Amino acid sequence: MDIQPIFAALRKHKIPAALIVLEIALACAVLCNAVFMIGQRIGEIHVSNAIDENGIVDIGVQGIDPKTANADILRYLVTLRQMPGVTAVAAVNSLPLANNSWNTSVATSPSDVSTKDTPNVAEYLLTQGGPEALGLRLLQGRFFNGDEYADSKLSDSYLPTGHVVVVTKSVAARLWPDQNPLGKQIWVGKTNTFTVVGVVANVLRPDASGGGAAHFHWSMFFPISPELAIQEFVVRSAPQDRDRIVRDGVQKLEALSPSVVVKGQTFSDIRGKYFANTRSMVWMLILVCVVMLAVTAFGIVGLTSFWVGQRRRQIGIRRAVGATRAHIMQYFQTENFLLSSAGVVIGMILAFGINLYLMQHYQTTRLPWYYLPVSAIALWVLGQLAVLGPALRAANVPPVVATRDA
Amino acid sequence: MMFGYYLDLALRSFKRNRVLTALMVLALGLGIGASITTLTVLKLLSGDPLPQKSARIFAPELDPLTAASTTPAEKLFQRWGNLMTYTDAMSLLHAHKGERQAVMALASSKVTPQVPGRHPFFSDGVVTTSDFFSMFDASFQYGSGWSAEDDENRAHVVVIAGFLNDKLFGGANSVGRILRVNDHDYRIAGVLKSWAPQPRFYAVSLGGHGYGNGDAVFLPLQSALADKVNTQTVNCFDADVDINHLETAPCAWVSLWVELAHASDAPAYKTFLANYVHQQIELGRLHHPEVELLDLMGYLAQQQVVPDDVRMQTGLAFGFLLICVVNTVGLLLAKCLRRSREIGVRRALGATRAAVFAQFMVESGMVGIAGGVLGLIFAELGLWAIRHQPAEYASLAHLDVSMFVATFVIALIASLVAGLLPAWRACVVAPAPQLKSV
Repeated sequence: MDIQPIFAALRKHKIPAALIVLEIALACAVLCNAVFMIGQRIGEIHVSNAIDENGIVDIGVQGIDPKTANADILRYLVTLRQMPGVTAVAAVNSLPLANNSWNTSVATSPSDVSTKDTPNVAEYLLTQGGPEALGLRLLQGRFFNGDEYADSKLSDSYLPTGHVVVVTKSVAARLWPDQNPLGKQIWVGKTNTFTVVGVVANVLRPDASGGGAAHFHWSMFFPISPELAIQEFVVRSAPQDRDRIVRDGVQKLEALSPSVVVKGQTFSDIRGKYFANTRSMVWMLILVCVVMLAVTAFGIVGLTSFWVGQRRRQIGIRRAVGATRAHIMQYFQTENFLLSSAGVVIGMILAFGINLYLMQHYQTTRLPWYYLPVSAIALWVLGQLAVLGPALRAANVPPVVATRDA
Repeated sequence: MMFGYYLDLALRSFKRNRVLTALMVLALGLGIGASITTLTVLKLLSGDPLPQKSARIFAPELDPLTAASTTPAEKLFQRWGNLMTYTDAMSLLHAHKGERQAVMALASSKVTPQVPGRHPFFSDGVVTTSDFFSMFDASFQYGSGWSAEDDENRAHVVVIAGFLNDKLFGGANSVGRILRVNDHDYRIAGVLKSWAPQPRFYAVSLGGHGYGNGDAVFLPLQSALADKVNTQTVNCFDADVDINHLETAPCAWVSLWVELAHASDAPAYKTFLANYVHQQIELGRLHHPEVELLDLMGYLAQQQVVPDDVRMQTGLAFGFLLICVVNTVGLLLAKCLRRSREIGVRRALGATRAAVFAQFMVESGMVGIAGGVLGLIFAELGLWAIRHQPAEYASLAHLDVSMFVATFVIALIASLVAGLLPAWRACVVAPAPQLKSV
């Protein structure tokens, strides 16, 4: 199709044409960045976590009497273990995404301790049965044996007195890249050393704590014997039993010691709470994108309808001298395609500009190139859909209009 | 005088193009609704928690890390704020260099009601020193705070929030009664009126949530320490520590706030702070000379209290408003170009360009007001949706008078800006050619 006449016509309507281009450019720029942010946040929400997320219930006990703590905790463990449907129980200091974190810097040699940027790793302390209760996935080595649990107490600096540790794959890769981590030592401070006996698949920290997504899988596990500060109880069962276990577990522990405060929740609740803000941001972004596209489409419909109305006479003449309905349709569709293309090109430049600004001022990464063609196609489609109605109306203009006075 | 006539003309024009007018108002309303919703949240989150005196409230910051540490002080201050060791905080407190000063930490506290059958529960608690209440303008419904002597004597007194008093004592004057907190008996010294600064600035470096209905229990720091209280955040910078003796441990876990008589006293206090650190470096206790003294709002900016997501949302909403304005420009232009003939007639009958311009500006202003009303409805809807979100500030998201006014100001500005181009195109229409074709 010859596009020369379209340019000639557009030159006569510079301002409305420029407005359509501007509108599409703005929509393209905002859409690219908004969709990019949606993608990033959905990635955050679905970050991997190698525990049995769908089978875990967390029952937290606060306010245990320090004098009877160790015996009480053993009684709680036995009571929870005896509930029908429970396959494993353990006490832990904290759970992934629970927002209550114990962290420490670890070094690979005593001379490194607090002298250079040693990685900050989250500590999980587990009583016997912990790896089974959490559903940790062992990749290398072994978990702890009975003696290692029994001999490990909590020191005055809140570190286990045992000497073994299991680390996640990410920690192993950070501390000993390209080496076998089994048998290696880590130092916490100048006096506490731990030997790596196992490596597990990546487990999340209790919170991203400053390090952000890059350090989110830096966790390590220590054995511990029952102890006042270890007061979260992990109860594992089949997914369908979880709600009952939360309800009954809380009741049973409250009945055992009326002076403590017991709270139960499934791990799915913990994950849901941790990412609640991120999830609402995603919905907000989706809503804005949809409404923005609708507004843009209505703008195109409005301007094109006006155009069609203004050119009824010309359309009539074209029809009278032999143009088919399809020709008229094509004319308006091609015109819209040209305007959209101009808008998309400007929009891509704008999108990159906004992305650069966001990269400077927020924790954002570079916009991947494939977002550009995808949103270009989205806006082309949107433009074609929006122009369909007015173009059909134009195609229905009868040739006889040409013979009438405007 | 002509204004009424222009209003009438505008109404007639709206009636003629109902769909187009509805589209314009809807687009503008959506843009304004989104902007006002996000602005309200931004304003809520970046508000001044103590508007009367925030310029005189200061957060002293120092670097307690070991000599081996290579963390730049600036980075540490961003992360820890005014968090410091107990030793430093108490030395600075006892120096009394400010008008008032208080040391504090957060401690979720177990409260046991003395009513049979009621379960104990945990409440947000603050462990602090006597000046806390007067410095932060927390006023009392009953009783008062405790004294500096109570601090030193480790007196077992407690101040509770009004809402806790309502819950435990049905709102009656409970001063003098005994409350069991963390399994120890405390005598109630005072009951606060509702006091919940937003953001909860003193909790920012202490690891607490930033917004909400405020704390329930306030205990004297030294008394709570004697009872082995567990505080929310303990950052130890040397692994070989005894956490059971936090008073002497190399751990930052309390924060210090200072009220000065005048904002201009800040340099003098900063000098005092720097001298203190120098003295401690000579004694070998501290190793890094950097100090910082920020006023309350400066501190909130340093700690980046407003989440990035909220600022991005606001930016996005204004981007969206811009798209809506461009859209309105287009639709207004389409409408006005369609009326070239009517304009021609008006011009031929003696209307000046200014009069035509005014007429079209009145018309777009009316679109703006209608868009503002619709925007207000959308904003209320948006805020309603935000109140049902899980964020901790959610329940506080309400439209206030200033945002109500802002809605219409933004709507009018947006529509008048959108109307400029169409009105200019309208007023340059030459009367003659339009009349010829009639």
